[in-house]
Amino acid sequence: MSGSTEARPVIGGGAKIGRGVFLATTLGGLSSLWWGASVWSRISRAISPVESLVPLLPSGGWRIYTVSGSLPGFDPSTWRLELAGAVEQPAALDYRQLLALPKATQVSTFHCVTGWTVRNVAWGGVRIRDVLAQVRPHANVRALRFVSAEHPYDDYLTLEQASLPDVLLAYELDGRPLSRAHGAPLRLVIPDMYGYKNVKWLTRIELVPQERLGYWEQLGYDQDAWVGRSNGYGS
Amino acid sequence: MTRYVRRFSRTERALHWANALGFFTLLGSGLVLYLPSLAVLVGRRPVVKDVHFWSGIGWIALLTLVALGGDRRGLLRTARELDSFDRDDARWLLGRHAPQGRFNAGQKLNAALTAAFTVLFLVSGLLLWLGERDTRFRFASTVLLHDGLMDAALVLLVGHLYLAVIHPATRHALRGITAGTVREDWARRHHAKWKPE
Repeated sequence: MSGSTEARPVIGGGAKIGRGVFLATTLGGLSSLWWGASVWSRISRAISPVESLVPLLPSGGWRIYTVSGSLPGFDPSTWRLELAGAVEQPAALDYRQLLALPKATQVSTFHCVTGWTVRNVAWGGVRIRDVLAQVRPHANVRALRFVSAEHPYDDYLTLEQASLPDVLLAYELDGRPLSRAHGAPLRLVIPDMYGYKNVKWLTRIELVPQERLGYWEQLGYDQDAWVGRSNGYGS
Repeated sequence: MTRYVRRFSRTERALHWANALGFFTLLGSGLVLYLPSLAVLVGRRPVVKDVHFWSGIGWIALLTLVALGGDRRGLLRTARELDSFDRDDARWLLGRHAPQGRFNAGQKLNAALTAAFTVLFLVSGLLLWLGERDTRFRFASTVLLHDGLMDAALVLLVGHLYLAVIHPATRHALRGITAGTVREDWARRHHAKWKPE
């Protein structure tokens, strides 16, 4: 056998390097709680041209969060979007009527409150005003309640928030009909707010006089989920 | 006749397998939470989240129990072995042939990184759990740290499994961590500086 002939004690004799590796890794990892997101944001921006050709993250960085036991299904023949609440005459749109409304598209960034982000998401759908034009709201309406087929998930936006130019009721994602995992057939998209306000599997929009606490707000999340300015971020 | 020498004590083996059991349970439940295709296939996210969280707590509790209830002095000796690197270890890490003790330098590095990852998995996992309940525990990077650890741990795991199960020259080591003993001639060849008791 070749190799060194230097006899060195095996136990505890050499330099104490193992603890250094342990401490450096632990401290480096803990400190990343403060710098990780900004570094990763720079890296992901740099690799986004590559990412569009070769996906480096599973499903382009999306995670599928649900609050109940199973994902709601979608049957185009029975699905309806109910428009109800403080309106002259409640209405319901079926899938074909929904697709017949003026189509809007946008590319926006999706932020989850847990810290992950998906850039350059191409959405297709309808603006809320075009949907609300189907009913005559009462004068006291100040907010909208978005009800998911995933019980008991719901959330609210004020009319002002719902009127932001990039708020969309999306039925397409990256050029394809919204998949079941992403909320088929229709979800709310409000890029300026964290994902929990972007209600999936929409089946009902209620016009109401005031906002109440939605599903996550009742569990302590902020009512106004502005990205970077709510839920403990940016404060 | 083939002669065998004792490489790992019962406590060391129990600690290794407790760690493996916890890691694989957490990896399985964690992947269901992380990968959209698995999340859709399995569903029941609230239940999987609970399984993942309590597996994490169980993992740390099991490691603590084994360490405290087993041969503590022996484990401390092992920790000292893993901690100390000599010149031969440095040569070995540079790819040169150099005699090694009971643990080679790669195993020592793996042990230090695995221990650090365990702490970081625990801290980031607890922060994710607490952060869902209280904004004071919410950091924009917690999920990145937890996921990054999984990626790094998977790289270590693949290397570890390759050397322990597939690579012909090293896979005999698996006998050490299951039965406790290894062939004396193998030990002399791979761990020349180790003097088995």
